Amino acid sequence: MLFAFVLYTVVAGAEASPTKPNTALHAIAQELIDAGYREKQALTERLTTIDDPKTLEFMQVMVEGDLYYRKDDRVVVIKGDNAVTTFFSGEEITLESKRDIKKISVNNKLRVLLRGGIARLQIFSDDPEMRMQAAVNLLKSAEDLDQATLDEALSNEEKPDVRDVLSLVKGIRLLEADTEKERLEGVSYLSGSLYPDVRGALANYRRAAEADSRTEEIQAADEALKKIESLLSLNSVAENLYFGLALGAVLLLAAIGLAITFGVMGVINMAHGEMIMLGAYTTYVVQQLMPDHIGMSLAVAVPAAFLVSGFVGVLIERGVIRHLYGRPLETLLATFGISLVLQQAVRSVFSPLNREVATPDWMAGTFMINPALELTFNRLYIIIFSLLVLALLALILKRTLFGLQMRAVTMNRPMASSMGIRTGWVDALTFGLGSGIAGIAGVALSQLTNVGPNMGQAYIIDSFMVVVFGGVGNLWGTLVGAMSLGVVNKLLEPWAGAVVAKILVLIFIILFIQKRPRGLFALKGRAADMG
Amino acid sequence: MKQEIKGGPLTRLIMNDVAGRRMMMIILAIAIIVPFCNLVFPEGSALHVSTYTMTLLGKYLCYALLAVSVDLIWGYCGILSLGHGAFFALGGYAMGMYLMRQIGDRGVYANPDLPDFMVFLNWTELPWYWFGFDQFWFAMVMVLAVPGILAFVFGALAFRSRVTGVYLSIITQALTYALMLAFFRNDMGFGGNNGLTDFKDILGFDLQADSTRAALFFASGIALILGYLISRFIVTSKLGRVLVAIRDSESRARFLGYRVEWYKLFVFVVSAMLAGVAGALYVPQVGIINPGEFAPINSIEMIIWVAVGGRGTLFGAVIGAILVNYAKTYFTGAFAELWLFMLGGLFVLTTLYLPKGVVGLWAQIKDKFFSSGGGGQSGNPATDNAEGKV
Amino acid sequence: MSLAKTKHIEQPTVLYMDGVSVSFDGFKALNSLSLFIEPGEMRAIIGPNGAGKTTMMDVITGKTRPDEGTILFNDELDLTRYDEAQVANMGVGRKFQKPSVIESLTVFENLEMSLKGGRSVWQALTHKLTGAKQDKIDEILSMIDLKDRLYEDAGSLSHGQKQWLEIGMLLGQEPELLLIDEPAAGMTDEETMKTAELFKELSKKHSLMVVEHDMDFIEALDCRVTVLHEGSVLAEGSLANVKNNQQVIEVYLGR
Repeated sequence: MLFAFVLYTVVAGAEASPTKPNTALHAIAQELIDAGYREKQALTERLTTIDDPKTLEFMQVMVEGDLYYRKDDRVVVIKGDNAVTTFFSGEEITLESKRDIKKISVNNKLRVLLRGGIARLQIFSDDPEMRMQAAVNLLKSAEDLDQATLDEALSNEEKPDVRDVLSLVKGIRLLEADTEKERLEGVSYLSGSLYPDVRGALANYRRAAEADSRTEEIQAADEALKKIESLLSLNSVAENLYFGLALGAVLLLAAIGLAITFGVMGVINMAHGEMIMLGAYTTYVVQQLMPDHIGMSLAVAVPAAFLVSGFVGVLIERGVIRHLYGRPLETLLATFGISLVLQQAVRSVFSPLNREVATPDWMAGTFMINPALELTFNRLYIIIFSLLVLALLALILKRTLFGLQMRAVTMNRPMASSMGIRTGWVDALTFGLGSGIAGIAGVALSQLTNVGPNMGQAYIIDSFMVVVFGGVGNLWGTLVGAMSLGVVNKLLEPWAGAVVAKILVLIFIILFIQKRPRGLFALKGRAADMG
Repeated sequence: MKQEIKGGPLTRLIMNDVAGRRMMMIILAIAIIVPFCNLVFPEGSALHVSTYTMTLLGKYLCYALLAVSVDLIWGYCGILSLGHGAFFALGGYAMGMYLMRQIGDRGVYANPDLPDFMVFLNWTELPWYWFGFDQFWFAMVMVLAVPGILAFVFGALAFRSRVTGVYLSIITQALTYALMLAFFRNDMGFGGNNGLTDFKDILGFDLQADSTRAALFFASGIALILGYLISRFIVTSKLGRVLVAIRDSESRARFLGYRVEWYKLFVFVVSAMLAGVAGALYVPQVGIINPGEFAPINSIEMIIWVAVGGRGTLFGAVIGAILVNYAKTYFTGAFAELWLFMLGGLFVLTTLYLPKGVVGLWAQIKDKFFSSGGGGQSGNPATDNAEGKV
Repeated sequence: MSLAKTKHIEQPTVLYMDGVSVSFDGFKALNSLSLFIEPGEMRAIIGPNGAGKTTMMDVITGKTRPDEGTILFNDELDLTRYDEAQVANMGVGRKFQKPSVIESLTVFENLEMSLKGGRSVWQALTHKLTGAKQDKIDEILSMIDLKDRLYEDAGSLSHGQKQWLEIGMLLGQEPELLLIDEPAAGMTDEETMKTAELFKELSKKHSLMVVEHDMDFIEALDCRVTVLHEGSVLAEGSLANVKNNQQVIEVYLGR
């Protein structure tokens, strides 16, 4: 029985890897199982001379301490976090007991050898990305590679960015050199680099220099560090700018809907935040309905949220707001009541607790601007998305019949009515459009913040601020208002703290309204007085 | 009945205000009888009023005063402040600071100079703005001055640049929101999100003692009556008519030569001070003040008290505050989940179907069933046409 | 005499406008408008829609600041430097096209509020109705014919009565100059004629500037007429004169 199983594995293994098995690696692996540390060292040295991807992988697994073998049949396996897979054939195996496998242990000496080998293999790899990765790893442990190999790699390297990193590695190595001249040369290599490891190496170097009171070197290190600091602060400004634009995009999404209901129709909708909340919960429900297609869920959620929030918006308009036109303060109170009802409804149907909304894989991830600045994709998508929504809305208002009717009704209701436009329907649909866009904002927000019954409240004041700041009834103003408020908020945050930044922005807007009560891009003259 | 402008202030205030007069008598009676029943009759007696009930009613009285202050600006001048809770809370904090200082070395850390939360934050000395709050008179001045000054500065900025209608409402909401965020911060020196609490005594009297509670209750009743009379004095003067003119047609008031901003500022500051007094009486009775009092929803709830009662009548505000809060106490106890539905529904229904509140409804009913056909204006005309401008 | 520089005519005027321009987003509502009214004069202003009549009243009363130009009241006060309330208290009363009375106050209260003086907050709070003030109200009431509706809400008045009440409120202000925007709009013929009589009576004590479309009404006023067009004065003279002006005919009848 056992025999049959072994046979099966061997056969299966053979079948699973039709490519020629790496015989040398195979042999070394089998030898490693029985070897003591001394023999292992020799074997490892042999390993490092083999230049092939499988060996590289072998060494990587080994240095991590994840390399095991099965006691029964001496098959080499990788012990991952959740599963155990065979190394050569790559198939998953189930273990009866933990003791079925045994670790191929490594000590520090072996690790140094392995890392050096890995670095060497990678640094001469044909794949530039792998070379880059290897070079970046070397920044952490420059001693992995001997001087000669490093110099060779440097002179062979064609890619400028890899060469830059390699020269940083050289610089770090030079910091440890014996002569002051060499050490200073090392500093000159490192000045202005944004890798945290470089900064750490320089800081260590400065400490050492200080301990020996080598004044000239201290000064050189300080200068290099200062340059790095100033670059880093520039970086953080850039990062905050990005965060600010992303916040601005969220505000924009939240405020566009309001720009329609408040700006175009003059209706204060205090339940606007709850339209956003409904959109976010729609996303949650959509994901619950299609758990296997999270990647697609947002594409479904956007129209679904638009419809749900838009429909609720139409209901609110027909049921309540319609009776309150011309009485803005009453509208404000009634819609506030609606917002309470909606919040409580969500609390009763779902739960008072926050709901988990998954982020699709394609939304995750970052792109690197420089070693100290990585920008997340989800924010970028939201910025783009918000602009798309804005553009689409502008198109609807300017180019469609509905947009035309909408503008006609807001400009001259009796005239529009006498021309056969059903003003009641236009009102309801306009309100539905504004609410629907709030629902879309909710989808975007569900990717950034917690989805809970109170989430709308956090955005309602800010959205009003955006609309008021940008100038009522002006989409362009809404865009500029949202982006500038978002950016100002995030730029203030580092030195004032999040809460104080928010307070400062609120105070700024209050003062701003004093100066220009009708916003940045106010309509002047008669039209403004009609409101 | 519209000839009330004739006659001296006393006539104006009391003789011509039948409904208000009756209500004030009732409040006065409550302010005397409730503490009396609490102190004189032993527990278990049919006439005994528990301290819990008395404290609850005391809260209602504070809310009623707050509602009067809201009605003064909203009902008569058309200023819909969604940040009036800020003035209430500031008055409460001023009182809370005094009560905090009264704790002395009886706090957990037994520090005679610093309140517990400051010791906890490793502060070594009292911030400058806490000086003087160990004196009762100083704290009382601050109860009026802090809300008053904030209202003055804010109002001067807003009214002078003619921010009106919903714009004003929204920036007042932003104001209270900003204050809430600020008071949540520990380094503001007001106890962060725990606020001020664990009070021991007021003017040397134990805050837990029934007699102190009774006195506070009585004081709340008297403050409500005084606040009502002050507001009534204002709205029955020519100033009150200017306010109504501003509410109904701001530009007419301007072209008649009235400096609208000064009138608004005056009534806004008075209203803020009344709210501050309400807050100051509220805090020792509930035993705590924290930044949650600044929450925008609190300020909006106040509006609904006035709307339910009937705005522009002052005594409607009192009725509304007591009715809504009684309902709140009842429903949050019995069906907690229903309360927000009810409150939300109340907003919608009042604005849609009860624009004049229960007072207006009562006037309508009275008109229909009790008037003998012959004319007589229905309702209170001051509530007509109360609309804001965008 | 620094003012002599800015004023280009000799005779005394109650209102002097010279080179006044206002533009909204590039649209010139007033285009170098010059016009003056002598003390005790009644002047009718006509002009097609959009000629700048309302804007002109706005700049005189401090509601809108002109981009350039001089506006003097009684030859000395530069009206462009004051706001609505200050201009009103100097003695310029304004009546809107749409009757604007305080609808939830009684006729009496409306008039009482309009009486000259006592504009500060403190004065309003401590205000007492004196016999003199009562007399003044009675006098106005008999002029505007609302004695029997004294204690009724202004909101319950008819359209014409509201117009009159507003005129009454203007009189309560005791202004030197009255600016009146389309008083006859919505009035019956009889009311219109009565109003014209009232204005003629008023012009004995006050200076008046009346904007109106109704030619019969202007004829009844029997005063100098100014025609506004595209923000400046097109013609000025007696009604008969103006009616025969070729340019005016073109503007009104189209080219």
